[in-house]
Amino acid sequence: MEWSWQRIPAEYLVINVKLCRNGKLARRKGYLHVRKGRIEGLGVGQPAINGVPVLDGEGLVCAPGLVDLRASFREPGNEQMETVATGSRAAAAGGFTSVVTMSGTDPVIDNSGMVRYLIDRGREAGLCRVYPTGAVSPGRQGEAMCEYGDMVDAGAVAFTDDDVPVASGGLMSNALKLTKVLGVPVISHAEDRSIVGGGVMHAGYWSGRLGMAGMGRAGEDSAVFRDVELARATGGHLHLAHVSTKGAVEIIRRAKAEGINVTAEAAPHHFSLDHSRCRDFSPLFKVTPPLREPDDVNAIAEALADGTIDAIASDHAPHTGTEKEYQFDQAPFGATGLETSLAVGITYLVNNDILDLGQLIACLSEKPARIFNLPGGRLEEGAEADFVLFDPTEKWTVDAKGFQSRSTNSAYLGETLTGKVKATFLRGRLTWRGEN
Amino acid sequence: MILQSKDVLGLEDLTAEEILGVLDVAAHFRAVFDRPVRSVPIMRGRTVVNFFHEPSTRTRISFELAEQRLSADIINFAAATSSFSKGETLRDTAENLAAMKIDMLIVRHSSPGAAQYLAKVLKCSVINAGDGAHEHPTQGLLDIMTMRQRLGDMRGKKVTIIGDITHSRVARSNLWGLVKLGAEVTLCGPPTMIPGGLDKLGAKIEYNLEKAVADADVLNVLRIQLERHSSKSFPGNREYHRMYGITEDVVRKLKPEAFVMHPGPMNRDVEIASEVADGPRQVILDQVANGVAVRMALIYLLSGGDPRSLGSSAN
Repeated sequence: MEWSWQRIPAEYLVINVKLCRNGKLARRKGYLHVRKGRIEGLGVGQPAINGVPVLDGEGLVCAPGLVDLRASFREPGNEQMETVATGSRAAAAGGFTSVVTMSGTDPVIDNSGMVRYLIDRGREAGLCRVYPTGAVSPGRQGEAMCEYGDMVDAGAVAFTDDDVPVASGGLMSNALKLTKVLGVPVISHAEDRSIVGGGVMHAGYWSGRLGMAGMGRAGEDSAVFRDVELARATGGHLHLAHVSTKGAVEIIRRAKAEGINVTAEAAPHHFSLDHSRCRDFSPLFKVTPPLREPDDVNAIAEALADGTIDAIASDHAPHTGTEKEYQFDQAPFGATGLETSLAVGITYLVNNDILDLGQLIACLSEKPARIFNLPGGRLEEGAEADFVLFDPTEKWTVDAKGFQSRSTNSAYLGETLTGKVKATFLRGRLTWRGEN
Repeated sequence: MILQSKDVLGLEDLTAEEILGVLDVAAHFRAVFDRPVRSVPIMRGRTVVNFFHEPSTRTRISFELAEQRLSADIINFAAATSSFSKGETLRDTAENLAAMKIDMLIVRHSSPGAAQYLAKVLKCSVINAGDGAHEHPTQGLLDIMTMRQRLGDMRGKKVTIIGDITHSRVARSNLWGLVKLGAEVTLCGPPTMIPGGLDKLGAKIEYNLEKAVADADVLNVLRIQLERHSSKSFPGNREYHRMYGITEDVVRKLKPEAFVMHPGPMNRDVEIASEVADGPRQVILDQVANGVAVRMALIYLLSGGDPRSLGSSAN
């Protein structure tokens, strides 16, 4: 991409790009016309507009800015792992313009003051829209309820105890009822801890062979089933985070067919990697829910293709030192994801003919924005100009040195992926510029 | 060269040929025990560190004895007395050890993969003395040595391992080694103590003790620690003894030449009845003696010892 601007003008054209919108990639090249932070116009061919600065995006795809439904920015409390500023930079580098952040900070985001604090920090960073979630229960203790209404007024977009499952079905039921009135979802990390116990990886061949405590599928499936039934009973909006089993996919498919208000997301590692990755004891592959079996991996990919799973969420979970400091069983769960989600999607879903590029982008932008009722995710006249330019065929090797995130615990280190973000724009302003 | 790698991390990594080669050398050392001078000075001036991040008496003493008989300089450090109690990571420990230029590291650790990790980052030889529930290769080798002393060629021999297989590194190392030597391995225990996947490594799974031992040439009885790991995986010691304990009754029904092994320490009248533990069918103290010989053999071979210079084996 030729790049001659010192700074981004208030009005400009991006030309020779293939527009990706409404689940479809345009066959012919087109243009995007940006003016004062909004999309002034767009279309195929060359624009009949003179005297406006031009950015030539030859060979690139122009898609809506990506929308992430699940990232941990670790601030406040664990700024050595990530901050709102470094997390926002990672988001921009990954093509994201909107990020829903998890409530599990220290202290927990369980009141309106904390929600406002995060939104302010996000604005200061100015690299993506930060949408905080609030906790279901104060301190994520699973006992009382937080003030959902006050937090929604402050800007909370959903409620979740993050990676702590809501063990009490009664609490979950009440949260679904109360948030229904507020028009926001409850996000469930569906896991029955009494079943998965002290497990550190998927219960199966590899955990048996390696001598690791296993987390069986039933621990996820039964929790998904409970929450789906609570959503049926309450009419509340249940959003299932990082679905990883074929059984959970089946339960969600049935629930949607029956008209239950349930949505779901999948993390990139769950449609690309299986439990055999743990064979060398590398804690980079320790995530929750765990990497499962090949038929689960295939079921997640197919569920994205048929719409049973609505969205791809990065499940960005930065940790310091996981590569070197910890043994697998002692290491924390989680892997970073913001800077690899798009490329993992292209590499494993598009290149394997499971989704086409238009569908992939919809799973990363339009659909997550729609199910969480967020602005963004659309390239259309009048919309705010959140967009990403990427090369869908360029190969690159994931290297810890290349990350903008403060942490480097990626499950794809050393792997060659396809699809490279070249530039990300938020309200028409450049937030990330990749190498040419 | 009998051993291809600089380390011994698990029987998964050894070939049948390597296992038999080690056992030949071990048999030589076992014969040396009966001589008035039992030491072989191959390790003179070399330092072996015994790093036990998990409590162990038997294995640590067995390694120390093996090291002494090979004239090594020995450093012991255990979790309670090391900086581990202050939260030092394995990586920092490894870097410290590397800076001190030790010649060999014996490691026992509660995390599966800990020995693999140290072997990767250290230039010296590493012997795994047990990593979590993953592998315990020296125990596997001494068990196989004890079996071969009585059964000879292990091809087609039936070995039944009984106990908490899920938490047992002994079971996994036995399984890898025995399958490589052509034995038929049955794993037996309550369904809550047998993980998925081990059938794919060549084991037969049998939850009924009577069926599991009917045909067996050897029973390898594992230590049960209901109080430690498995508080929710079995009702209690009494029920365990009733259903899976190796009692006189069980032994009476075995094939006449079949025998009973136990890696120790025993819980008498839980996994094994006292009469059996003290009876004529057990070979437990042989296992202990073979343990020293196997550990001597590994240290000797990893230190560049030439088995041809040992003269003819006494076996």
